Amino acid sequence: MQLGVLFSGGKDSTLALHYAAEKEEVACLITLVSQNRESYMFHTPNIDVTVLQAEALGLPQITKNTQGEKEKELSDLEDAIAQAARDYKIEGVVTGAIESVYQAERVQRICYKLGLWCFNPLWKHDQKALLEELIEKQFGVIISGIFAYPLDEKWLGKQIDTELIDKLVDLQQKYGISPSGEGGEIETSVLEAPLFKTKIEVLDYSVEAKGNSGVFEIKHARLVPK
Amino acid sequence: MILIVDMNWKKDSLGFYEFVLPIAVVAEKLDEYTVKHYLEVTKEDLIQSDKIILSGTTLKDTASLCQPEKFQWLKETKKPVLGICAGMETIGVVYGMRLVKCLEIGMTQITTLKENPFVQGNFKAYSLHSYCIQFSGDFEVWAKSAKCTQIVKHKQNPIYGVLFHPEVRNQELISVFAKLSLNT
Repeated sequence: MQLGVLFSGGKDSTLALHYAAEKEEVACLITLVSQNRESYMFHTPNIDVTVLQAEALGLPQITKNTQGEKEKELSDLEDAIAQAARDYKIEGVVTGAIESVYQAERVQRICYKLGLWCFNPLWKHDQKALLEELIEKQFGVIISGIFAYPLDEKWLGKQIDTELIDKLVDLQQKYGISPSGEGGEIETSVLEAPLFKTKIEVLDYSVEAKGNSGVFEIKHARLVPK
Repeated sequence: MILIVDMNWKKDSLGFYEFVLPIAVVAEKLDEYTVKHYLEVTKEDLIQSDKIILSGTTLKDTASLCQPEKFQWLKETKKPVLGICAGMETIGVVYGMRLVKCLEIGMTQITTLKENPFVQGNFKAYSLHSYCIQFSGDFEVWAKSAKCTQIVKHKQNPIYGVLFHPEVRNQELISVFAKLSLNT
């Protein structure tokens, strides 16, 4: 079955792609570029890096801009998925949803309307186990956004490793933060993954943070051999 | 031992992670469990198991509904069976009930119609189905949504069907099923 992956460049969509590629054929990536930093549906930091990630994966990418208004972005997503169905003959869509009924429900409705299969291979998985799987499978993932107390600037740009996972689990116990950032507490960017033929090297970046909200913005990056 | 029957359209499918593993995560806290694809369930599997759970599957997947002959054991087993979503629909088809189009996606209001060990009162559950079964005769209806029947039990046998997904919200229902006695 030919599939399109809803791809933000973060750890969840990249891991979902990994699962999908093990079982079916991934034909393209589908990326929504939201102008709204507080988008309900779409991760925003470093969305431009998805172009390099697509190249590293050797996959075509459909990119669509959206203003990120609550329901309009769903119609933009539907347009992008419909385009993937036309251009790449996809029969189904894959998402990185883990817990969010809000996200899953909306993508399910779009897929149903378009007559496509919908897969959420990370659905309801243990979040700590998913983070550990990233390390086990040698994904290179950095924190590219923080949006919750008590996270601060020091987290930005940090690579996800066992020490960082322990800290996230600790924060879950103390403050109820979702370790995978499913509640929007953290955003991530994937620089290396098993399916990447090359890896991403960050050449220039900026950190913009205020209190418990901040972004690690990759300003310039390139592909280098693994 | 809980036997979880994978109702996806093929063995080792991409749907396994979404529709079977979350049930296994709940089941492993309750008892030993094993997973078999529906095309590979044997008499020995049924003998070895104390309880049987039929998983759901993706909205587009109607494979199990087209193969009721693969589930005739549902009419013979005396073991408690819980069919979830496509599992419930398959139970209905095997028992000759009418399958009709009915779309519900997302959190759905459910109303309990009859006292039962699974749920009580009004509650919300996660739905993901494009069909439902019009149950009658051999089955009693325990709960409904605005659109369709949500929980049923066979009048004579310990066969239960739940159209919503308790592994997503309302996991307690699976725990209650795992602890049911044969006489419930």
